[in-house]
Amino acid sequence: MEKPVSIPELFETSTITVTINGRQYERQVPVRLLLSDFLRHELHLTGTHVGCEHGVCGCCTILLDGEAVRSCLLLAVQVDGRTLTTIEGLAGPQEPLHPIQQAFREQHGLQCGFCTPGIILSVHAMLRDKPEPTEEEIRHELSGNLCRCTGYQNIVEAVKCAAKYLSEQKREGQ
Amino acid sequence: MATRWFGASVQRNEDPRLLRGQGTYVDDIDLPEMLHAAVLRSPYARAKIVRIDASAARNLPGVHLVLTAEDLGDVLEPSPLLIPHQALTHPRTQLPLALKDVRYVGEAVAFVVAESRYIAEDALELIDVEYEPLPVAHSLEAASASEAALVHDDVPGNVAAQLVQTVGEPDEVIANAPHVVRETLRMERGAAMPMECRGIVARWDRYEEMLTCWISTQGPIAIRNGLAAIFHLPEHKVRVIAPDIGGGFGPKIMLFYPEEILVPFAAIRSGRPVKWIEDRRENFIATNQERGQIHEVTYAFDDAGMLLAVRDVFLHDTGAYTPYGIIVPIITACSLPGPYRIKHYASACTVLYTNKVPVSPYRGAGRPHAVFVMERIMDGIARELQLDRLEVRSRNFIRPDEFPWDVGLVYQDGGPTRYDSGNYQAALDKLKALLDYDNFSARQAEARKQGRYLGIGVGYYVEGTSIGPYEGAHIRVEADGRVFAATGVTTQGQAHQTVFAQIIADQLGITPQEVMVTTGDTQAFHWGVGTFASRAATVAGSAMHLAAVKVREKIIALAAELFEAAPQDIELANGNVFVKDAPHRALTLGQMAIKANPLRYTHGENARKLAAMDLAAARPGPALPQERGGPGLEADGFYSPPHASFASGVHGAIIEVDSHTGQVTFLKYAAVHDCGRLINPMVVEGQIRGGVAQGIGGSFFERLVYDEEGQPLSATFMDYLIPTAAEIPAIAIDHIETPSPLNPLGVKGAGEAGVIPVPALFASAIDDALAPFHLRVCEMPLHPCLLYELLQKSG
Repeated sequence: MEKPVSIPELFETSTITVTINGRQYERQVPVRLLLSDFLRHELHLTGTHVGCEHGVCGCCTILLDGEAVRSCLLLAVQVDGRTLTTIEGLAGPQEPLHPIQQAFREQHGLQCGFCTPGIILSVHAMLRDKPEPTEEEIRHELSGNLCRCTGYQNIVEAVKCAAKYLSEQKREGQ
Repeated sequence: MATRWFGASVQRNEDPRLLRGQGTYVDDIDLPEMLHAAVLRSPYARAKIVRIDASAARNLPGVHLVLTAEDLGDVLEPSPLLIPHQALTHPRTQLPLALKDVRYVGEAVAFVVAESRYIAEDALELIDVEYEPLPVAHSLEAASASEAALVHDDVPGNVAAQLVQTVGEPDEVIANAPHVVRETLRMERGAAMPMECRGIVARWDRYEEMLTCWISTQGPIAIRNGLAAIFHLPEHKVRVIAPDIGGGFGPKIMLFYPEEILVPFAAIRSGRPVKWIEDRRENFIATNQERGQIHEVTYAFDDAGMLLAVRDVFLHDTGAYTPYGIIVPIITACSLPGPYRIKHYASACTVLYTNKVPVSPYRGAGRPHAVFVMERIMDGIARELQLDRLEVRSRNFIRPDEFPWDVGLVYQDGGPTRYDSGNYQAALDKLKALLDYDNFSARQAEARKQGRYLGIGVGYYVEGTSIGPYEGAHIRVEADGRVFAATGVTTQGQAHQTVFAQIIADQLGITPQEVMVTTGDTQAFHWGVGTFASRAATVAGSAMHLAAVKVREKIIALAAELFEAAPQDIELANGNVFVKDAPHRALTLGQMAIKANPLRYTHGENARKLAAMDLAAARPGPALPQERGGPGLEADGFYSPPHASFASGVHGAIIEVDSHTGQVTFLKYAAVHDCGRLINPMVVEGQIRGGVAQGIGGSFFERLVYDEEGQPLSATFMDYLIPTAAEIPAIAIDHIETPSPLNPLGVKGAGEAGVIPVPALFASAIDDALAPFHLRVCEMPLHPCLLYELLQKSG
């Protein structure tokens, strides 16, 4: 057995300042605290889910300065000074659904809902970079997120539908 | 009724919460003063525990409790045997913590409770356990060998059960048949892998003397009853809630997992809430698995391709324990005949212990194996006689006028394997159309000229669903007009909060959005069993229907009184109750609820409007006449099916095999499904597509690999490959609706269906694609490397 780590190292903390969903947080955190645990258990942003803790399933996907990343593969201290978006940042409890969320509802793109926040944030980044993706591109981009319920087809349809809604929204905004 | 919601693709009530990240899964629950637990698990597949020294762990700052078997007192009892069976002569179940023996990698040995999960895991590393490793039975072959290592010292030959069922005279028919073929067919283990692992939060409330547990389970009521017995509490002082669940697929119906006892134990002991969340590594080594079987099948047929008899002798891998009895191999035995008119059938199963994670049902539950065997038989007959594969199936189908069809076997619920309805040829015809079957051979020949290997495969299954014993429902109209409904079954993504609402909305003249369905909370409804065996929509759905009919009758009786009208003239529509032809003088459902509760004071908008209406004066006598049967507009409904109802379906796929790499691409996938009447086609199709994806995973990507020491070699998502959007094709779906005569809704189960025929059709399609290589697939799952090896061997 490896020699256990000495206690002071385990409890070492650091202070971070991070902007999440437009709100700034300053917190003292253990340096070994995962970003996913920080979001979920320190800030109670529990819409970010944890499905594998080794960076494969994509349930914990969030946006870090706009890019989709796995929050289970980052430490909280690594996002000091950065800007994050979690699923709670797309639509509040009383707000209308974001067009991507609306598309997932209409196309039955979710069942148990556990992988859904991570997928929606992946799609959010995908459609920003590629507003009119082909089906093949959608399937390729989605391959970083596992879903065990849907068989993906309705998720693919939801992404197509979301792309349409977002481009309509963009046109109306111009 | 103005609108019929039953049968409509209604959008889901659960979605707005889940899409916003506002669901409540077990790990989302955060209670004041909560402690966190971690489990020390055996690193050996078989060993004696010589000594455990937990003193260093107990001394780590932040650690509150370290439990070993000896600390558990009278809670150290083997978990109950859930489903005894006379053929299960040597049942063995697991202790909450191992005392002297460990029998699989992952078995719980010690339990730490600390201020955080991080500290709890630190403490695990400080627990010193001395093991004496023993020889291991790591596979069915190893467990059945003559000098096999014993999983349990007192179980000779590792034989947990031997189950024999015979219909007709198979031995005699086989001895005299014109054609007899014998084959060995295998299926290796896979795992359900819901995206949410298991999890438990337990709270002991010393003021109410009440234990509350949130568990990611498919069966909270049975856990409530069990925890009450284990901790000597009255049942009404234990509440178990299955909140939002991130996928179940079978393993979450299992109870008791050790943690389901240890977490409440620790909460009661420490007086503080305790949380344990399974991580993915633990899910691979401590959550039940399934699928491992080896079949030696002998089948006899005549010159016309009619199947005359089957003798199937198979081994079933139950892992280290039998908590769920022998349900899986019973289902295999009973599912094997499928849609075919087989009159002579012998099934002999030996259930073997192995030093691996215990086995209990995973979506499909013994059926994918059975269908694999039977559909291999159908393809085998076609091959021997040079007949079209689908023609052989058609010749052997049970015909629509032959229902109910008695297979002659005792099903998993102890009832008959009696098919209630079906139309097998009609579904096959639809599938042929979807696949353009008749033109495929030309397409295949054309492709082969270009060196491309295309193949078509089909898999047909009949699935016993909707078993008893019963489920129940409670429905109550609230004063604001919304309807509360509760049932004991849980929901793991099947849209129960929507489909039950559709059933109720039809009876009460409201929209499904006005129905608030609570599932899996023993405080809301405490009778019933759980969500498994493709039974919730049928059994709990029928109970919902029966309860809703009763509430409707109450509404009509009260409205007739209030409007001084005949009951048959009362109508319910758009949330209103009125006399036919006088919809302008209507009461809302909420106003009816207030009138049904004869209090002198009432509150809210509905009450104010009521006071202003000119309704019939209260009659003399008691305020709550006996014939009303109590205050309010509420009722319970219970439904107990006479026996299982048998859904069916046929899937087909056109694939292309890259003969250089063993990679397979789906060019087309189609499914024709018959689950009786569809409550919500969108939801049913979602269930099928999800099932197919799991089936494709279990046919070509997902394989649990253990080495000879019983060490799992595929215990991460890097090694155990869940298919992604890039691997799963679009699936075309069509339906046949042959209503079940067994329940008031005419429905059958649909949850497991999608996964069942996939290994069979995949094998069939590969055989067909690689016909020039004379391959015969006899093993599932394959993967590109294995397929490549098969290709190399066939030269």
